[in-house]
Amino acid sequence: MAYITCRDLVLGYDGMAVAENIGFQVNEGEYWYIVGENGAGKSTLMKTLLGLTPLMGGSITFGDGLERYEVGYLPQQTFVQRDFPASVWEIVLSGTLSSIGKRPFFNKEQKLLAEKNMRRMDIWDLRKQCYRMLSGGQQQRVLLARALCASSKLLVLDEPVTGLDPKVTMEFYQLIRDLNKEGLTIIMVSHDIQAAVSYASHILHVERERSFTGTTAEYRRSDFWRALGGDGV
Amino acid sequence: MIEALRFYWSYPFVRYAVVVGVLIALCSSLLGVTLVLKRFSYIGDGLSHVAFGALAIASVLNLSSRMTVVMPITVIAAILLLRTGQNAKIQGDAAIAMLSVGSLAVGYLLLHLFSTSANISGDVCSTLFGSTSILTLTRGEVWLCVATSVLVVALFCLLYNRIFAVTFDESFAKATGLHAGAYNLLIAIITAVIIVLAMNLVGSLLISALVIFPALSAMRVIQNFKGVVFYSAIISVCCALVGIILAILFSTPVGATIVVANIVVFLINSGVGRVLRR
Repeated sequence: MAYITCRDLVLGYDGMAVAENIGFQVNEGEYWYIVGENGAGKSTLMKTLLGLTPLMGGSITFGDGLERYEVGYLPQQTFVQRDFPASVWEIVLSGTLSSIGKRPFFNKEQKLLAEKNMRRMDIWDLRKQCYRMLSGGQQQRVLLARALCASSKLLVLDEPVTGLDPKVTMEFYQLIRDLNKEGLTIIMVSHDIQAAVSYASHILHVERERSFTGTTAEYRRSDFWRALGGDGV
Repeated sequence: MIEALRFYWSYPFVRYAVVVGVLIALCSSLLGVTLVLKRFSYIGDGLSHVAFGALAIASVLNLSSRMTVVMPITVIAAILLLRTGQNAKIQGDAAIAMLSVGSLAVGYLLLHLFSTSANISGDVCSTLFGSTSILTLTRGEVWLCVATSVLVVALFCLLYNRIFAVTFDESFAKATGLHAGAYNLLIAIITAVIIVLAMNLVGSLLISALVIFPALSAMRVIQNFKGVVFYSAIISVCCALVGIILAILFSTPVGATIVVANIVVFLINSGVGRVLRR
């Protein structure tokens, strides 16, 4: 059984369907890119996967040991966060919240997990710094460490490189690829198709009338790729 | 001056005022941090006007216990405001402006039409600005306030980590299984309760000041959430104490004096913050 199985999804919000007939299966260790034009429904698809937007039709099943809420989510930055007085440590630790059950406070276990992921993201030295004082790349590492605290299996990223400069963007892509090689399953929403074909193992291309689901090699042979002016194999 | 304070302290109503003032200041500042950061300050402002309208209705009905009307109406308004604020179809800010100005007008109109009191403008003024009502608290009201404050502080401490998560990033909190909606609802309800209680202290027009000033002052100088929460609680309690003492010594209105103390602290903190960031 796969981590996530989606069948005949109807995507939309406020009662309006944006895209229909979407089906795919995400297995452990895969690296998925969800691409498509703005408004085609890729963000809605991600929000539906995360349970932030109600499902309008079809079914989503979680399996293979992945629980419904065992997802590390890296959202697009909201403007609230830009002037939020929070230290790096507070933010990363808050990622472990789903594992404390009904208890009110964090214990040693959560703190160790937070420390481990901060070291992994190379932000341990910044732990006392205020989040809003960090550079864009550092902020993304903080949010990534928080996401890793929430799940060691699946990461879902929403346009993570928006606003980062090219060098930091490259570093960020490397970081995600390394995490994928360590065994994490990745689902990334992006409109960077070049990055998609160079990093992804699978691609889901959402358009209004139709959609493509398959491996990156298959995608390179499809007319979706050709329609974008991409070179053949 | 110490003599004068000792003299006043011997009166129970002064002690009640100090206890209630400090507790309300504590609760409103704890909540204030979340409200300000979630961009929910407007809810506090809108609710205080609703509470005024509700109080007018209660006075007109001539109820012995006005809380039984004011509390439920304000709590319901809090829930409604939260809903409209999240609903993108209705313009949240316009709806709130409508509700607050509407309650003010209706409240004043009702008082004018039906009040039996000889001094209507005096009544209205004290409801809006608090004036002396804090010095006429009964024992029962004091206990109600103590019990509610303990409950609010306990809830805040127990839910602190979750409140942080929901305040910082609602989507992430939801995606990892936290019921963000329930916490927003809880925050709105507690806000309503505190506003009704605080009406005795500073009056309905000045409550928002008690909610937002300490949080904003603390955010000028402190860069982490826990620090901001603690510091704003300290600021709020100190300002309330100083305000009440000054008001008693110089016979100034309690509410306005507390708010002015908060403004002074805000200005000082803004200056300090600017120097620190250099």
